[in-house]
Amino acid sequence: MTLADLTRGQRGRVKDLRAHGLLRQRLLDLGLVPGTPIQVKFVGRGGSPAAYYLRGSLFALRRETAEQILVELEGASL
Amino acid sequence: MKESCLAALAGNPNTGKSTLFNALTGLKQHTGNWPGKTVEMKKGSFQHHGWTCEVVDLPGTYSLTPASPEEEAARDFLRSGNSDAVVVVADATCLERGLHLALQVMQLTPKTILCLNLMDEAKRQRLRLDVDELEGELGIPVVPTTATKGEGLEELKDAIIRVAQGQLQPRPVPVGSDADEPAAALYRRAEEIAARVARGSPVPRPSLTSRLDKLVISPGFGIPFMLALLAGVLWLTLVGAGYPSELLAAAFSRGERHLSLLLNTAGFPRWLHDPLVLGMYRGLAWVVAVMLPPMAIFFPLFTLLEDFGLLPRIAFNLDRSFQRAGAHGKQSLTMAMGFGCNAAGVVAARIIDSPRERLVAVLTNNFVPCNGRFPLLMVMGGVVAAAAPALAGGWVPSLVVMGAMVVSVLATLLVSRLLTATILRGEPSFFILELPPYRLPRVGTVLVRSFLDRTLAVLWRAVVVAAPAGLLTWVLANVSVQGVTLLSHFSAWLNPLGRAMGLDGMILLAFTLGLPANEIVIPILLMGYLSADSLLAVEDLAAMRAVLTANGWTWLTALNFIIFALFHWPCGTTLLTIRRETGSCKWTLLAALLPTALGICLCIVLTIIVKLWPM
Ligand SMILES: Nc1nc2c(ncn2[C@@H]2O[C@H](COP(=O)(O)OP(=O)(O)OP(=O)(O)O)[C@@H](O)[C@H]2O)c(=O)[nH]1
Ligand SMILES: [Mg+2]
Repeated sequence: MTLADLTRGQRGRVKDLRAHGLLRQRLLDLGLVPGTPIQVKFVGRGGSPAAYYLRGSLFALRRETAEQILVELEGASL
Repeated sequence: MKESCLAALAGNPNTGKSTLFNALTGLKQHTGNWPGKTVEMKKGSFQHHGWTCEVVDLPGTYSLTPASPEEEAARDFLRSGNSDAVVVVADATCLERGLHLALQVMQLTPKTILCLNLMDEAKRQRLRLDVDELEGELGIPVVPTTATKGEGLEELKDAIIRVAQGQLQPRPVPVGSDADEPAAALYRRAEEIAARVARGSPVPRPSLTSRLDKLVISPGFGIPFMLALLAGVLWLTLVGAGYPSELLAAAFSRGERHLSLLLNTAGFPRWLHDPLVLGMYRGLAWVVAVMLPPMAIFFPLFTLLEDFGLLPRIAFNLDRSFQRAGAHGKQSLTMAMGFGCNAAGVVAARIIDSPRERLVAVLTNNFVPCNGRFPLLMVMGGVVAAAAPALAGGWVPSLVVMGAMVVSVLATLLVSRLLTATILRGEPSFFILELPPYRLPRVGTVLVRSFLDRTLAVLWRAVVVAAPAGLLTWVLANVSVQGVTLLSHFSAWLNPLGRAMGLDGMILLAFTLGLPANEIVIPILLMGYLSADSLLAVEDLAAMRAVLTANGWTWLTALNFIIFALFHWPCGTTLLTIRRETGSCKWTLLAALLPTALGICLCIVLTIIVKLWPM
């Protein structure tokens, strides 16, 4: 599943990145390396963009970008 | 031994580099609670123990892999080896991300210092960090600071001087690297270090931010909340500007009598007295009394919201619309800056990495009204409101201004869509935006400083632009060729177009002469109307309304005026900035043509519709 499949409040762990090139580099720079915990905090109108809690800060990503991030689901809570 | 050195401030976006830079050097580099505020390197210096140290404030970067021009600039600067010390400014509450960058910098140069900034926030989250342990793990000096309170500055200066001098020789502990994915290896090491130095059990995130965000960026309430906030700010501005305006107007008319008396006693002939007093002095008085107060109130309020951390939330809420328009998500940040000043908005477009999307942001920035056009809208709002006395009161003009702002945002989206569907077509690039926690600004300091900054800027412009423009207009209005004044010649020439737009030649002439600064448009217009006379002494709106009505104004004229105030060529400063940022006269010309064409078309269409409407 991808990060875009998580609903508000759900937590996941990064498994892999589908993205290539510049986007991949950017995501890695933010710390989206395999094993990193990530949580969906806020979801905008129609599901994009959404804000994710990642390594101590909040990041907004568009849906297409979230779809590039493969995750596995962890226990959910807000 | 050399007595001077050069230190660079690097770090993730929004970690307080510029705040630290200001605290170190006593300069006033702009800061703001959103990532990407600084787009240009800035230099300053401080003295410490007999040493002079030059400091460079670099734009924020998440890494040194050159992915954007800023990162490339930062990387090149650090690699050039010119700096005697590099301070990596990290957010103490997001240590891993800061360490990731620090580890990269350490690979480029051993002369690295880690500055743990935002220590006050870390303390509030009960996050304690073992600084000695961190120094041991990294092999470089670590200095905790709270830049906003000036805490830890002396220690930081000491560390910089000692590293530059060579007294302190950092020995960075190397990181085993993974050839394919160096970022992963660095992050793993960063996690390891962060876990080892953390003491205490932190509360995850300031809950104020979470709670507020539930409202501010919620799908249902986000946009209504933003509109309500905008209405509140506009209302405050209007109500707040009224009283100082009256005081200033009274003071200026007293000043005029004194000046006039003085010149007369000094034996100035009439042909010198009149242009000086009735042209120059009144032009200046108008700008200062009527245009300055709303600008000096709106701008500080805007700065306050920027410092609070609202801009990235606006970008979040508007992203969907911007995406539909084919624009980059960060364009809404540059647009928001444009409400303050279009030239600043154009420069801010550098935060957009893709050249194509940056160009869209630059070309459309002028579609939103800057602070200088703001009083224009307000005065017209007042004129419209005065037409229906039942509607008087602060809120009608604020609604007019607000409506104008909403229309300007819609136009920005529309024109962006047009550009990305035609001459600036291409694949949209990705959009990642950090939403920093809300930070309570030091309200008093921010208000006072931005109030003074803005007031001084407008006063300065009043002296160098409004006064000469007043003089020029007076001359044009009083020098006749073949019995007709120059001003009438010019305005007659523009009149056909003006009429078609539901305006008149004088209005177009005022906008043309207003090229250097939008706030002089109305004074010039009034001076033009009163031609052979001279510019109205600054008085109340009623007098102004009488002048406008006498010159054939109707509500349609006022509406068209508002439309044209929103959509016409950018002011001179903005044009020069666009020229500098795009490096091309062609794009600069387009940036001027687009809004002008839109403004002219809208006015003509509206006028035709109203004229054909069966009443
Ligand atoms: N509470 C607190 N706030 C701080 C501190 N240092 C900076 N800030 C605030 O953090 C925000 C960002 O500060 P800047 O100095 O603009 O950050 P920057 O690193 O220059 O940001 P960019 O130029 O965007 O990379 C501002 O709102 C500052 O007032 C600090 O030590 N404590
Ligand atoms: Mg900065």
